[in-house]
Amino acid sequence: MNYDMNKDTPKIKTNEHQKSKDNFEQKAVIRLNNVTKSFGENHVLNGFNLVLYEGENLVVMGKSGSGKSVMIKCLVGLMAPDSGYIEVMGKEISTLDRQTLDELRSDIGFLFQGSALYDSMTVRENLEFPMRRHRDKLGIVKDTTPLVLEALENVGLAHTMNLMPDELSGGMKRRVALARTLILKPKIILYDEPTSGLDPITAKEIIELMRSIQKKYGTSSLIITHDVDCARVISERMVLLVDGINYAEGTYSELSASTDPKVEAFFKK
Amino acid sequence: MAESIPSVFEISKILGRLKQFFIQIGELSFFARRFFKELFSVPFEFKELLRQCYQMGNRSLMLVGMTGFIIGLVLTLQSRPTMIQFGAVSMMPNMVGISIVREIGPVITALICAGRIASGIGAELGSMRVTEQIDAMEVSGTNPFKYLVVTRILATTLMIPILIVFGDLIALLGSALVENLKGQVSFQLYFNTVFDALSFGDLIPATIKSFFFGFVIGLVGCFKGYYCKKGTVGVGISANTAVVMASLLLFIVDFIAVFVSDIFYEL
Ligand SMILES: Nc1ncnc2c1ncn2[C@@H]1O[C@H](COP(=O)(O)OP(=O)(O)OP(=O)(O)O)[C@@H](O)[C@H]1O
Ligand SMILES: [Mg+2]
Repeated sequence: MNYDMNKDTPKIKTNEHQKSKDNFEQKAVIRLNNVTKSFGENHVLNGFNLVLYEGENLVVMGKSGSGKSVMIKCLVGLMAPDSGYIEVMGKEISTLDRQTLDELRSDIGFLFQGSALYDSMTVRENLEFPMRRHRDKLGIVKDTTPLVLEALENVGLAHTMNLMPDELSGGMKRRVALARTLILKPKIILYDEPTSGLDPITAKEIIELMRSIQKKYGTSSLIITHDVDCARVISERMVLLVDGINYAEGTYSELSASTDPKVEAFFKK
Repeated sequence: MAESIPSVFEISKILGRLKQFFIQIGELSFFARRFFKELFSVPFEFKELLRQCYQMGNRSLMLVGMTGFIIGLVLTLQSRPTMIQFGAVSMMPNMVGISIVREIGPVITALICAGRIASGIGAELGSMRVTEQIDAMEVSGTNPFKYLVVTRILATTLMIPILIVFGDLIALLGSALVENLKGQVSFQLYFNTVFDALSFGDLIPATIKSFFFGFVIGLVGCFKGYYCKKGTVGVGISANTAVVMASLLLFIVDFIAVFVSDIFYEL
């Protein structure tokens, strides 16, 4: 599988990565320190660390069930970690009251693993839903149609506006979900397995979409995946989540050249 | 002989079940407390409340009407011979009216709604939980508890009493039909007798009771759905246990209601 269709795909080398990392060094938008989370005897995260710098594409890879979804759910306050420090855009999540948390969340886009479209609402209502509580942020007076249209056009699905989610295919659902994520113009987007369960061609389309959105809006992205090809195309930096910790970090080329057996396992075809 | 004595193992199993039941009741009351806390906090999801009220009323009207009609019909048909035996057939509207308004109408309608509405809510919220729609609401700045749970519990609390009144009226209609055909009692006479027989002491406890019935149905349905376990199996279990638990609690509430109104009667 080969996803690079754009000529401008950066062939990242180590020193280049170092340079770009230095540029980002001034501002971390997400910081996780020593986060732990267990479900009974099942210790999912055992001191996980992660930093997402402004404007960067960070890929987190890990086996199924390694706790990737748990990690980003802790990040937006959907789950509370057992211990550890989580900071998003300079605010510690666990200390926020509901209102501040909601305001913060309007700057974070979350693409759910299973799309999570509201199946009792049309596509349009789905996209309007996040706007209910954040009208002032967008400065909308009444008509939300242009915004809905813009978001849908971004993902090339303007014609589905009045359909119900169960009338869409899996890939279309994912794109609508992406449009819903984008509608509040978030500064950070968290993608939970954006390509899982999709055929390679649709997966490629989604990845292209993610890249064009990144370019258009200059967002910082945290991408969770176990799709190596997706990681290669989109990542500027990668973190491998193994045994509940950030086992290895680096660029795609650094990590794929690693001889550590646990790291190698990810890149073996 | 020895086999008829339950073993220690069986007793402990029953005790475990009982414990589980009380834990559930405890969790349910926490859920209810959260409902009351969020009920009075802004913003109100008024539009969603109206939508839920409309849907619940609309979806259950036929069913409640049908059952009510048959209950009224059957109750009258069955008790007619006995009443004739006692020479009290003219008391028929009083007997049927009071028993339907005070007990049979509310309980039957509430049970039907437990089957229809509580399971519906359990399945709907359950599948929303499983497919992460509730999480998606949460991260998009809408409090899902307010939007989904508070509106639904309010809707059942308001709509079940209305459905119960509707069911009662249809049941009386069914009964009047039998009296009309078999006993040559005119509809007007029948309903006059019924409304004469009914006192505030019959209506008020029944009305208060039906609000509690509505509350229980919404509460249990939402509770089971909101805390649905992962997987599609979880949705089925949520829907199923919602009906069982709601029906059980309905009888408990009914018992308490009858008990309490009995005390007031004595005074
Ligand atoms: N709500 C929960 N209650 C109990 N255990 C949970 C819960 N959520 C997740 N887990 C457990 O945490 C572990 C990690 O789950 P998680 O969903 O984060 O995996 P993942 O890395 O996202 O996997 P996948 O790639 O399949 O999505 C699993 O073992 C799962 O059983
Ligand atoms: Mg996951």
